[in-house]
Amino acid sequence: MRHIISILMENESGALSRVAGLFSARAYNIESLTVAPTEDPSLSRMTLVTSGSEEIIEQITKQLNKLVDVVKLNDLNVSGVKHIEREMMLIKVKAPVSARDEIMRLSDIFRGNIIDVTDDAYTVELTGTSDKLNAFIASFDCDSILETVRSGVMGIARGSSSLHL
Amino acid sequence: MELSGAEIIAQFLDDEGVEYLFGYPGGAVLHIYDALLQADKVKHILVRHEQAATHAADGYARSTGRTGVALVTSGPGMTNAVTGIATAYLDSIPLVVITGQVPTGVIGSDAFQEVDSVGISRPCVKHNFLVNDVKDLAETLKKAFYVASTGRPGPVVVDIPKDVTDPNIKIPYSHMPSIEMRSYNPVTKGHPFQIKKALELMLQAKKPVFYTGGGVVLSNASASLCSLVRQLGFPITSTLMGLGAYPSSDEQFLGMLGMHGTYEANMAMHDTDVLIAVGARFDDRVTGHLEKFCPDAKIIHIDIDPSSISKTVKVDIPIVGDVDDVLTTMLEMLKDDSKETSLKVEKSSCDQEIKDWWKQIKVWRKKNCLRYNKKTKTIKPQYVIEKLHEVTKGDAYVTSDVGQHQMFAAQYYGFDEPRRWINSGGLGTMGFGLPAAMGVQLAHLDKPVACVTGEGSIQMNIQELATCMQYQLPIKIINLNNRYLGMVRQWQEFFYEGRYAMSYMDSIPDFVKLAESYGHVGMKIDKTSDVEDALKEAFAMKDKLVFIDFITNREENVYPMIAAGKGQHEMQLAPDSELV
Ligand SMILES: Cc1ncc(C[n+]2csc(CCOP(=O)(O)OP(=O)(O)O)c2C)c(N)n1
Ligand SMILES: [Mg+2]
Repeated sequence: MRHIISILMENESGALSRVAGLFSARAYNIESLTVAPTEDPSLSRMTLVTSGSEEIIEQITKQLNKLVDVVKLNDLNVSGVKHIEREMMLIKVKAPVSARDEIMRLSDIFRGNIIDVTDDAYTVELTGTSDKLNAFIASFDCDSILETVRSGVMGIARGSSSLHL
Repeated sequence: MELSGAEIIAQFLDDEGVEYLFGYPGGAVLHIYDALLQADKVKHILVRHEQAATHAADGYARSTGRTGVALVTSGPGMTNAVTGIATAYLDSIPLVVITGQVPTGVIGSDAFQEVDSVGISRPCVKHNFLVNDVKDLAETLKKAFYVASTGRPGPVVVDIPKDVTDPNIKIPYSHMPSIEMRSYNPVTKGHPFQIKKALELMLQAKKPVFYTGGGVVLSNASASLCSLVRQLGFPITSTLMGLGAYPSSDEQFLGMLGMHGTYEANMAMHDTDVLIAVGARFDDRVTGHLEKFCPDAKIIHIDIDPSSISKTVKVDIPIVGDVDDVLTTMLEMLKDDSKETSLKVEKSSCDQEIKDWWKQIKVWRKKNCLRYNKKTKTIKPQYVIEKLHEVTKGDAYVTSDVGQHQMFAAQYYGFDEPRRWINSGGLGTMGFGLPAAMGVQLAHLDKPVACVTGEGSIQMNIQELATCMQYQLPIKIINLNNRYLGMVRQWQEFFYEGRYAMSYMDSIPDFVKLAESYGHVGMKIDKTSDVEDALKEAFAMKDKLVFIDFITNREENVYPMIAAGKGQHEMQLAPDSELV
């Protein structure tokens, strides 16, 4: 099963490579990983998407917790926890005159923003679940997509429960 | 006090009470070496190879329970140390390894003797640090010692660029008595509810067995383990790493388990209904084929590391906590079981239940699976180890290398105390034995220290004979010389139809002359009848290193053996022809 794991860790050089190294050394999957400092600049917040059997996920969370730089960690996909997840995408598509209306219409439907316009290309910014971003991509034919860049998934628990010190 | 980075290191080691620093100098650590000349207490031991520095620090740590400390230079000094760091990592040994690094200004430029020490060591350390600023140095060192020695212990690398140790930059220094880290809070106390649940299950068991590992030694839990096991009357077996934590001469001890464990230990594991795993990690050399492992057992697992629990074998009652703490709590609960903690089952009824179990175990014991022919002219390696036990009255510290000789030492020495058996169990590092023995001998100057080795392994760190001479370390090297990489040859005999690919080493040196050339005493013994006298003579030379080259039976095999893919009950015993 797919799991989103939120990690609060020391904002130290090398902290990211400890997590990445753990996953490669133990042959765990990483689907995506995002990391940035929090409101407290000494802490980084990482969201990691992985998949595996229950036993593997249990090992992954235990091994992550064992890293000395990890302060706290939450698995957002355990029973009793409801969560919200979002991913952001920037997608650059060919925009010949004939296609511009359709691009704008699609962008509206998906609640995207066109953030860069040139004679032959538009760049759309889009936020949502990974499925939504996939659906947007699927509505273009491959030839017309020039570039996509995705942030990877970020997740947060619903309600007042929060991952903080 | 205003000190330079180099002086801070020297002063810190003194303040931390470090007795020995095992090291080897080089460009990146020259400031540190210069400052060490002023250190009052810490004694620097100059090894002959950085691998030996880490193994010696490791041997010191294993035999004392204190943190071992090594110092090496950048680049090749650090890469040479990696094997020793990984060895300590796999056996959870507390080490702090200080590695020199090129100056901060040139890091990343492929400077002379630059390697990414933090990157190289990351997968084989508990944690590592790169110190970028002399202001962080003292605190980082304190953290390193704290992390290495608490929780599940392990090696910590502190990488220190040369400019951080600059003798001209002085800053205030004072020793911190302790440190806290918000991201690191190892659990020590076991959960009382889980402990009680475990005790109830144990008291209902009909065929219980304790399976104990290196964690018992690391947690200094021998005394509480012995009380608990004796009070319950249960049989107990130990892993290679746990030997000595429970006296092997005790009636309740079944011997070592696993690939080369005893028949009774492995059969008991297979048939048990309640397995009590204590500070052990279900290593593949112990479990054999996982699907056939303890098929009927409910499993209790006590370990300080949550990630060890249910890693390969699913357990029924996990208890995360320091082994000694948990066992002590169990003893307390057993004592006042009439009070609020009241355990459901009476201990006396439990004694009755396990009588049949002991009857069965006695039948297995009758196989006498470690029997071997003692009347051969050529020397049996097992015999040398038995005599070593006799001559040292079981009171020696025994280090070993890796191979058949290691298994013979584990099977036949009979360790009655913890921290006496010093070997590389997890990584299986040939070359560990001699440098580890140096660390052990330095920690126990008046005790006999034997290094049981093979002619293959000893050559992996033979240069340390010079270190032993320099510091007058009277180690006794017991070289079980079978003229083969014996353990490899055994596997080739069993699983490759006897095709001995590269398991024979040509040009084996004359070890007697070799030992003598370093200034030590060498002996060559090739008759069974001479073994005992040679050992007596060697151990009588209390201030000399003696290298005894025992020419042993070439194609001796280690039995019993559980082959890969087999279950614990599918052991292969020595063929009858071998037994008399
Ligand atoms: C550094 C290292 N290289 C290779 C091995 C694989 N290995 C395990 S046992 C062994 C043979 C050891 O030979 P020797 O020291 O003569 O001991 P014996 O088995 O003959 O008693 C080898 C090569 C190892 N464990 N460590
Ligand atoms: Mg050999």
